[in-house]
Amino acid sequence: MIRINCPFCGTRDHSEFSYGGDGSIDYPALDATKEAWHDAVFMRDNICGVQLETWHHVHGCRMWLKIERDTLTHEIHSVRPAHPGLAAALSSEQEAGQ
Amino acid sequence: MTRFSAWSVFKNGLTGQKGWSRQWRDPEPKPHYDVVIVGGGLHGLATAYYLAANHGVKNIAVLEKGWLGGGNAGRNTTIVRSNYFRPGNREFYEHSLKLWENLSHELNYNVMFSQRSHISLLHSPGAIDAAARNYNILRRTGTPDAEIWDLATLKRAVPHLNYSPTSRFPIMGAAVQKRAGTARHDAVAWGYARGADKHGVDILQQCEVQGITREGDSVSAVETSRGTIRAGKVAFAVAGNTSRLWTMAGLGKLPIESHKLQAFVSEPLKPLLDQVVVFGIGGAHFYISQSDKGGMVFGGDLDWYKSYAQRGNLPIVQDTAEAAMSILPCLGRVKLLRHWSGLVDMSMDGTHFLCKTPLSNLYLNAGWNYGGFKATPASGWYFADLIANDRPHEKIRNFDLKRFERGLQIDERGAGPDPKLHG
Ligand SMILES: Cc1cc2nc3c(=O)[nH]c(=O)nc-3n(C[C@H](O)[C@H](O)[C@H](O)COP(=O)(O)OP(=O)(O)OC[C@H]3O[C@@H](n4cnc5c(N)ncnc54)[C@H](O)[C@@H]3O)c2cc1C
Ligand SMILES: [Zn+2]
Repeated sequence: MIRINCPFCGTRDHSEFSYGGDGSIDYPALDATKEAWHDAVFMRDNICGVQLETWHHVHGCRMWLKIERDTLTHEIHSVRPAHPGLAAALSSEQEAGQ
Repeated sequence: MTRFSAWSVFKNGLTGQKGWSRQWRDPEPKPHYDVVIVGGGLHGLATAYYLAANHGVKNIAVLEKGWLGGGNAGRNTTIVRSNYFRPGNREFYEHSLKLWENLSHELNYNVMFSQRSHISLLHSPGAIDAAARNYNILRRTGTPDAEIWDLATLKRAVPHLNYSPTSRFPIMGAAVQKRAGTARHDAVAWGYARGADKHGVDILQQCEVQGITREGDSVSAVETSRGTIRAGKVAFAVAGNTSRLWTMAGLGKLPIESHKLQAFVSEPLKPLLDQVVVFGIGGAHFYISQSDKGGMVFGGDLDWYKSYAQRGNLPIVQDTAEAAMSILPCLGRVKLLRHWSGLVDMSMDGTHFLCKTPLSNLYLNAGWNYGGFKATPASGWYFADLIANDRPHEKIRNFDLKRFERGLQIDERGAGPDPKLHG
């Protein structure tokens, strides 16, 4: 079992989460070229090693998370909310608490 | 190398089994080969065999980083069928099945191909209608052994499934392909290796490709753990490791993700199940057959997150065991002997790639999802044809990397561009 430290719920089994996919993709603007959309939708680096990916805490707080995980060892290096505003709010709260 | 025959088996039986020789050589790498195939799994070995046997290509090497058949070749659940429906796949898998039917003779090696029927269980009138539509396509396009069975027929053939009308998904019938079945995966790898070796192919084990040397838009050599090997043409057939080789060649991204799929085998039992049975509905996915040694061989879904680790995780063990119990409750007391996992190359539409690449003398065989065992003979056949003639055969025209740019997805499941959802 992989254990994921959800910033909202604490450390939980990965079976509470659903895997989204490659979290490094920048989806292009809606009116971007066909080629840009082709690459975002179909093409992957498929890294063997640490990759940024999305997970959904679907049986928990239902938040989307961005996780750095090693695809060979499954070791998790970082977890943060996928929403940049929430991530910023959380980190400033942590700083204020210190 | 001794040719196998009834007479040679009989003679060796009388002479203490002393007359057998090595089945293939263990040569030192030569500095140059006309064709270097990376990956000594089923597809690499079959490709080498057909390159030599069908196209008369000499001076071929197969490079394998571990031992022959140590990848998915020796890890799959050995199901062979041709009930695919999308144009392109239809003809490809039917051709493969026809090659399977003669494979033991072709290779003079018993691959134990057993056409014991592939039974997909159906659980609703809608599912029966959809299956009837699909299986009619099979019957109209050269697969006459596709049948829809009603409940009474199914009960006669497989009496010990859970037929309870109050189960969560009551069984209502089945879609059956009768020429489908199983084969012995190791024997397929060994048979192709032996056949290729007989034609002079060098099979180099413990020979890992660690770098690709390019000269402009072509590959000039591969750097391996056993030294530099120069190559006229290079072909990748490395399943879940494709993206790593692709990166070594400096080629960027691919429409492929590597995932892991588990499989399971039980302690040996007396004959229990004569067919391959598949159960798939409402999030459950389960397939089972019985090996010749008596073990129940089964599997389910992949582990749902991307991985290069060849080891499985526990939630899938539980899911698969639950599916087993709901369909074959008689397995409840049976002990699990082993379970393992393989590194599968999941593609964006669930269909494979057999194609040329941006480099002029590099060829790609990848994207087999869970389904590349059955594809082995046709994959080797058409990949060899592609390498020998440097152009795709009409039959594999759409198995190229550019199909998504053309708006074409060959998506049997209709799951969309999410690799983990194809299976
Ligand atoms: C658990 C499981 C169950 C499956 N069940 C079925 C099934 O029932 N029916 C079906 O049709 N398909 C099934 N499949 C899929 C099927 O096994 C694969 O699609 C198929 O075996 C892939 O082709 P291959 O055998 O050539 O791959 P592999 O055997 O994986 O061959 C690739 C080889 O490349 C080698 N390699 C990798 N990197 C390098 C390198 N850098 N240098 C040198 N060598 C390298 C690897 O060591 C490996 O031996 C299953 C797969 C798994 C994992
Ligand atoms: Zn949470």
